[in-house]
Amino acid sequence: MRFVSPLVAAALTFAAGLVLFSALGRDPLAAFHAFFVQPIDDWNGVAELALKAAPLMLCAIGLAIGFRAGVWNIGAEGQLAVGAIAAGWLAVGFHGAGSALLLPAMVAAGALGGMAWAAIPAFLKTRFNANEILTSLMLVYVAALLLSWVVHGPLRDPQGFNFPQSKEFHDAALYPLLLEGTRLNAGVFVAAAVVAAGWWFMERSFGGYTMRVAGLADAAARYAGFSARRTVWVGMLAGGAAAGLAGVGEVAGPIGQLLPSVSPGYGFAAIIVAFVGRLHAGGIVLASLLMSLLYLGGESAQMTLDLPSAITGLFQGMLLFFLLAADVFISYRLRIAAPARAPREAAA
Amino acid sequence: MTATAPHDAAAGAPAAGRLLELRGITKRYPAVVANENVDLAVARGEIHAVLGENGAGKSTLMKIIYGVVKPDAGRMLWEGRPVVVANPAHARAIGIGMVFQHFSLFETLTVVENVALALPGAPDLARLAREIERVSELYGLPVDPRRLVHSLSVGERQRVEVVRCLLQKPKLLIMDEPTSVLTPQAARRLFETLRKLAAEGCSILYISHKLDEIRELCHRATVLRAGKVTGHCDPRRETAGSMARMMIGKDLPHCEHAPAREGGVPRLVIAGLSRGADDPFGVDLQDVHLTVHAGEIVGIAGVSGNGQRELLAAISGEARLGGKLPVRICSVEAGRLSPGRRRRLGMCFVPEERLGRGAVPEMTLAENALLTAHRRGMVRAGMIRFRAMREFAARCIERFGVKCGGPEAEAKSLSGGNLQKFIVGREMLQEPKLLVVSQPTWGVDVGAAAFIRQSLVDLRNAGAAILVVSEELDELFEICDRIAVIAKGRLSPARRAADSDVEEIGQWMSGLWEADDNAPPPAGHGSGAQRAARA
Amino acid sequence: MTDQLVPILVATIAAGTPLVFAALGELVTEKSGVLNLGVEGMMLVGAVAAFAATAASGSPWSGVLAGAAAGGAMALVFAVLTLTLMANQVAAGLALSLFGVGLSAFVGKAYESVSLAPSPPLAIPLAADLPGIGPALFVHQPLVYVSWALFAAVAWFLYRSRPGLVLRAVGESPQSAHAIGCPVIPIRYLATLFGGAMAGVGGAFLSVFYTPLWVENMTAGRGWIALALVVFATWRPARVMIGAYLFGGVTVVQFFAQGEGVAVPAQFLSMLPYLATIVVLVLISRNINTIRLNAPVSLAKPFHPEVA
Repeated sequence: MRFVSPLVAAALTFAAGLVLFSALGRDPLAAFHAFFVQPIDDWNGVAELALKAAPLMLCAIGLAIGFRAGVWNIGAEGQLAVGAIAAGWLAVGFHGAGSALLLPAMVAAGALGGMAWAAIPAFLKTRFNANEILTSLMLVYVAALLLSWVVHGPLRDPQGFNFPQSKEFHDAALYPLLLEGTRLNAGVFVAAAVVAAGWWFMERSFGGYTMRVAGLADAAARYAGFSARRTVWVGMLAGGAAAGLAGVGEVAGPIGQLLPSVSPGYGFAAIIVAFVGRLHAGGIVLASLLMSLLYLGGESAQMTLDLPSAITGLFQGMLLFFLLAADVFISYRLRIAAPARAPREAAA
Repeated sequence: MTATAPHDAAAGAPAAGRLLELRGITKRYPAVVANENVDLAVARGEIHAVLGENGAGKSTLMKIIYGVVKPDAGRMLWEGRPVVVANPAHARAIGIGMVFQHFSLFETLTVVENVALALPGAPDLARLAREIERVSELYGLPVDPRRLVHSLSVGERQRVEVVRCLLQKPKLLIMDEPTSVLTPQAARRLFETLRKLAAEGCSILYISHKLDEIRELCHRATVLRAGKVTGHCDPRRETAGSMARMMIGKDLPHCEHAPAREGGVPRLVIAGLSRGADDPFGVDLQDVHLTVHAGEIVGIAGVSGNGQRELLAAISGEARLGGKLPVRICSVEAGRLSPGRRRRLGMCFVPEERLGRGAVPEMTLAENALLTAHRRGMVRAGMIRFRAMREFAARCIERFGVKCGGPEAEAKSLSGGNLQKFIVGREMLQEPKLLVVSQPTWGVDVGAAAFIRQSLVDLRNAGAAILVVSEELDELFEICDRIAVIAKGRLSPARRAADSDVEEIGQWMSGLWEADDNAPPPAGHGSGAQRAARA
Repeated sequence: MTDQLVPILVATIAAGTPLVFAALGELVTEKSGVLNLGVEGMMLVGAVAAFAATAASGSPWSGVLAGAAAGGAMALVFAVLTLTLMANQVAAGLALSLFGVGLSAFVGKAYESVSLAPSPPLAIPLAADLPGIGPALFVHQPLVYVSWALFAAVAWFLYRSRPGLVLRAVGESPQSAHAIGCPVIPIRYLATLFGGAMAGVGGAFLSVFYTPLWVENMTAGRGWIALALVVFATWRPARVMIGAYLFGGVTVVQFFAQGEGVAVPAQFLSMLPYLATIVVLVLISRNINTIRLNAPVSLAKPFHPEVA
């Protein structure tokens, strides 16, 4: 029952796609094919799908832990960037050292970097009661500027013709490739492991239970003696660590160096992924594949349909709207059928 | 118009004198039929009681009259003509005023702004303030129009509500459980006001489940049970017992109550607790002394909003930490401990709010068992043991007779009484040394209430120390060994229930216990044994 | 330095004006108990709509109208979701922001290389000739004067008019308001639409008067800063004005500092408005009662008239 509205939302998004394509004067079926089918009609396409889904599911599982507890971390995009900076600094600093420890160290540094960035809103929330939505979001802009400074200044490649970018990472600082001829790399295993750990924490552990209680009824959590501070810290740090790992995955994967931008908005798209995936590990995996397809479709639309790739963002937003609306319609019917009293937040 | 209360007509007032008539009103909700084929007739100048236990459908019926809720079937006649009340504004326009049980006031606005909001047009606030003062003096309802509502006591707020209604010169005034926020003495003053109003020709619909006050005040009564009318009567000619039988179909249950064993060890000691409220609209606690011993039930009486919430939060540990509070639980200094640590000392707690605090509405009963009982073998190495969790919930459901769909039923699917039984059961099954219960039977049907009270007495007999906070004086006298009163953040000395009565405790509820010669001096907050020795 | 003061003041007021519109609009929305986190999205869509309308018609005022309409349309989507369908306000607001970013980027692609003729400032006769403050306060884009009028109107409406009293009452306790017969949902619709329209005008000011260019994501977080400003202002219009110009000042000082060749990397100077937002939030939230006493009590809580 829980996954009905995401399916409805996905179907409505596809339908809206058809309407939109014909409104833009394209043959809707051909455009639909170019957007949603063509990008994954060969193995390379499937590999790209997995490659883009990995950072999305990483960020989303981390956010879901927080969202379930009512901790609204919407700064994953910034935590991702800081994770990338931390890992990239190591990669550049130990360039050519060739040690087998470099990549694991980068992974750790990325996770810690993301956590450190997420710790700021957590601290401001627990110590000063500052709204984490606004602080975590402000830090996205700060992180983007930090990354810009890093690639313009301390980590700029001296042989890079003054382009704002770091030198390309050594092989020892890159995830090993998995499929010859594609960009798919071992980073997807990290994503899968983190999703599994997230599932275990949320569904099986007592700690995850206390977080769920906090999200559903904070007075009940207080009454039961579950620490509200701990909830905020765990929620923020989980999100930061996972987003930091996503940042490592980008710079140690398809990008292979630090650039002024290391993410096409994965941290924000992951918010949608988390909701569409119902804040559940399994759902998040599926939703991240769908969202990844929207990214690939946007690129494809730019090449074959002559539409701006920004159309991806349009679809992402629509997907979330449709989800919220579908949710309400479905829970509304349930509410009429069941003796539920007050309508509680339908989406979270 | 003179007051022509139809004292003898059991079935209804003479048609000519009828102000309001309901015929066949039916309102169904998904789970329950709140009103089924309800007939009701109110004469001009009559004080008409609508009597029924919690959940009988009284409030729904009143909301239908006032236009808040739309009936599924039935007709309403107003002054002999059919009328469909579209909304509360319409109700007020035709002369119906209502004082809600949960007030419809705005905390951050002044009294006069609150009144202005309910009046049509854009009244001049200065003129309105004078008008409020005039009406409040005329009917003995003192209120200061310039005060902010959040600074008013619950009783004062009720007066604001009443004055707001009276300014619209209603022909019918609906009062929903008005005395639940009043001391017995203040209730009597309110009755004077209502009688004066009725004598002037205003009809009053008086909703209550308290039999004594209905017998004292009302001319006629309509009794509701499970949404249906089960009888009409003249309450002045009935006994409490006969009305109870109409209300619940049998005699009111009374719980067994042997005297407490004295000399138990102190399980809860509060020694001079003073604390500013966390909430800006809260009450500051001032030098509270209280001791609860093993094997006794101590009750705290008081009108709501006098510091009960703050005192309970300080005992449970939910109050924000900071500074050491003089609270000892089972001989351990607990003032800085979190709620979880205090539970580990052997304290359990049943809070006032059931949905959202005592239980998570969207979670199953099994998951709600985990909420506070997780130390009873439900968690191992950080992992939830789902079987232990379900077994505990199943045991609780069985032992406490919780009517539900089993351990996997969502908490919000239970009726108030059944959820309360589950929460009380969950806390009791943890075999507490100290049980703190707030409003044990608020909004609970008579059967469940009796069961809960009996369970509390049984737990006391098994040697637990129990603290009960309640606004129902009758309930406290039924189960408590000692009773203290909280008023404006101060706690009176505890009186032995057998040595006191509703009148005395009611007096204390307005904060006047120092003047009472019989009260022990403030230093004597010790055990019952001490006090007995002094006497 | 003093000869720089007037241009700094002028630039400060200009930089603060989009925030004035967006934050005053959101203030009214929140006063009714609705938390719309979609301000950033509404500003962006307003900005691109205004730019397109101005480019098509040549009249910046048609752009302002288009911006208001587009922002209002976005708010309508939010209102239907949260007020009629009872969706979670936080989730729906985030959705609105993400959608607005996507929609504006998509629509705006066609306008990325278009430029508009800059509109001249309007000097208020006589007042502009006052020494010192004249050129600082009375030589501005006409929309700046509109923003001042808006401030006066919002302050009067909220605290001096009966509809304003009703709006505040609805935000305080929709249950009570419903019980005494106020149309809670229609009032919240109007407040939300007003907030959206004002965010749209704020966006229009940015794209049509301030830059005047369309750049993807050009609001650069101003919608979120506007949300923070409402908290900072403890839901009071006058403090919204102070806050908005404070932020305008921070933005401007950073440009002037770069111009003066301050030896700090440009990126760090550009961080200032965002860091200032965080600092301001911390300062105002530090005492939990400041928020509790001032925030509309029902903020972000759904209300269903039938269930109440």
